[in-house]
Amino acid sequence: MESHLTPERLGYLDLMREVEDFFYNEADLLDEREYDQWLDLLTEDVVYWMPMRKNVSYANRHEDITAENDVAWFHDDKDTLRKRVKQIQTGLHWADEPVSRVSHLITNIRLTQPLAGLGDGARTTTKCRFIVYRNRLESETDFLLGRREDTLTRVHGELKLARRKIILDQSVLLAKNLTMFF
Amino acid sequence: MRRTSSSARDLVDTAVGEISREIFVNEDIYAEEKVRVFSRAWLYIGHESQIKNRGDYFVSRMGEESVILTRDHAGKIHVFLNSCAHRGMRVCRYDEGNTNVFRCPYHSWTYKTDGTLIGVQDYENAYQPPFDKSKWGLIEVAQLANYMGTIWATWDKDAPSFEEYLGEARFAFDHGLCAWDGGDGGTELLGSVQKWKVPCNWKFIAENFAGDWLHGVSHRSVDLVRLGPSGKTGRRDDFGQLLVTAYSQGHGVLYSVYPNEETRTEYAASPVTSEYFQKCWERRLANKGELAGTCPLVGTIFPNMSFHAQQPRTLLVSHPTGPNETEMWRTYFVDKDAPEEVRQFLREYYMRYSGPGGMTEQDDMENWNYAHAASSGTIARRRPYHYKAGLGTGGTHRSIPGVVTERPITSEQNPRAFYKRWAEYMDLDSWGELLNAQTAGS
Repeated sequence: MESHLTPERLGYLDLMREVEDFFYNEADLLDEREYDQWLDLLTEDVVYWMPMRKNVSYANRHEDITAENDVAWFHDDKDTLRKRVKQIQTGLHWADEPVSRVSHLITNIRLTQPLAGLGDGARTTTKCRFIVYRNRLESETDFLLGRREDTLTRVHGELKLARRKIILDQSVLLAKNLTMFF
Repeated sequence: MRRTSSSARDLVDTAVGEISREIFVNEDIYAEEKVRVFSRAWLYIGHESQIKNRGDYFVSRMGEESVILTRDHAGKIHVFLNSCAHRGMRVCRYDEGNTNVFRCPYHSWTYKTDGTLIGVQDYENAYQPPFDKSKWGLIEVAQLANYMGTIWATWDKDAPSFEEYLGEARFAFDHGLCAWDGGDGGTELLGSVQKWKVPCNWKFIAENFAGDWLHGVSHRSVDLVRLGPSGKTGRRDDFGQLLVTAYSQGHGVLYSVYPNEETRTEYAASPVTSEYFQKCWERRLANKGELAGTCPLVGTIFPNMSFHAQQPRTLLVSHPTGPNETEMWRTYFVDKDAPEEVRQFLREYYMRYSGPGGMTEQDDMENWNYAHAASSGTIARRRPYHYKAGLGTGGTHRSIPGVVTERPITSEQNPRAFYKRWAEYMDLDSWGELLNAQTAGS
C-alpha cells in the first residue's frame, strides 16, 4: 500500500504536534500559576481579546460577536496582561485570593493555515475549543466554554502567541468576574 | 423566611447608624420591595444613542422584568413590558435591532413600534363579536423621561416628574454627564452593554456607588500595579478634594473638586488623549468658571442606577434577579466628538478598570458576594450592619447642593440616606406620604 505520508503531510503533522504541545504547556503554566513563564509565551505586541456575544437573528448570525472597536470582556495588550499578573502577585487581589482552582481543557485543535512547517517570523492561525473550569473557596464553580482563534508565530525558533480571540458561549456572563486567563 | 418586623423603618435605624441584615437576605422583604420600590420608583432604561433611528429597539429591564425601549416610526420613544398581551410570551427576543413590528413567536400577535396591536391570528373568524384591539396593545410605562440622553421610566402614574424625583441631585448629572469640556457637545454610549450575574443582593451595589469611600482600601492591588491612565501611581488620575452629598430622595454622590488653578496632566500614556483632555479642561474652565473642577466621581440614583462621571465614565444598573442575585448592566460613555484614538484609549482603560474583566471591579464582586453569603445565617442576622461613620456631621457646601460632608471627615451619610428612603418606600403607601417624608427628612 502506498504511504500517504508525503513530505507535505509530514510537515503538517509536525506543526500540528508542535501547536498541541504549545497549547498544553500553556494550559499547564496557567493552571500551575506560573504566570511569568506564561507571559514569556506571548509576543510583545500580543492582542488578547474576548468579545461579548449577543442574541441575534439567524439572518444577522455573523453579528453575534461584538466588533473589535466595541466594548468587550477583555481587550488587552501585553502591558495590561503584565498588570493582571502583577495584581494577582500582590496577594491583595481578593477576587483570586485565596487562589482559585482552575483547569484549562483545550480540544478540537485545527490549523487553519498554513498546512506546512513554520519558519521564523511566519504566522499560523489555529482554531480550538476550550473549557475553563474555576472552583474557589468552597462551592463557587464556573464552567466557561467556547472557541478560541489564535495566531501563533515563530520567534528565534520558538512558537509564541501573537493574537488570541476568545469566543465565550454566553451572552450574559454567568460568572461574577473573570480573574482567570483563557 | 417570614419577616420579623412589620415596619421596614424598624429595620433601618439611620439615627444610630444600624441597619438589619434582614433587608439584604430576607426573601419576603425582597418580594415586597419588587412591588413597593421597583413598581413605583423611576428606573434607568437606556440611552438615546441606543435608539437613534425610527424602529430601533433595545431590550432592557425594569427590576426583574424584561422591557423594550424603542423609537416608534413617528420618532417617539416608548418603553413596553416585553410580554405579549395574549399569552405572555416575550415579543422581542433579540438584544437590539431595528424593526417595523414586534411579532410574538407563540400565536403571532403583532404590534407596531408604538405598542398598538395590529395583527391577531384568525381575527375575523375567531372573535365574534370582534374584540377591541386598541385595548390589547403592549403594556406601556406610566411615565417616561429623557434627561441628557439618559432614558428613565416608572410604572406609577402618581410618581412625581423625573426632574422632581431627581431633585437637587440633578446637579450631578448636569456636571457629570455633559461633554468633558462642559459645553453642549453631549455624550453618547461607547458600544455595547456588559451584562453579568453577581451572587449578592442588589443593594450592596447601589450602596457602594452611592459614595462608600471607605472601601477604597479594598482596591490597593490596582493602585500598586498603577492601573491609571497616567501611568503614574494609583488606579485613577488625581481628582482633588473629595466630598459626599446625600439627598432625601435616596440619591447619593461622591464628588471631587479639582483646583481650577492647576493644569491637569492626565492620560499621559497616550499623547493624543492627553492633549484632547487638556484642551477640554481649558474649555471647561471657560464654560463652567468656578465650577469647572467640580465633578461627581460616582453616584447612585435611587434605587439601582449608578454612574461614574470621571474616568472611567460609565452608567450602571443593578437589576435584581432574586434576593441573592443581581444582574449588573454596565455601559460606558464618551464625548460625542471625541477623536477615534481617544475613544479607543478610553475603551481599553474602561475595560481594564470596570466590568467582570476589570481589575478594580473584580474585587468589588468578591466582597459583595461573600458579604452577602456571610450575612444570611441565623446568627449573622441577629447583628445589624454598622453605618456610624460621620454621624451628625453633614453640612452645606458653597456650590454643591445636598447634605455635604467633606474630607478629611469620613462619612457613611450617603448609605444612611439611601436606606432611610428605601424604608419609606417599603412602609408608605402613597406618593403623597413619600413626598411628605422626603420634605421632613431634608
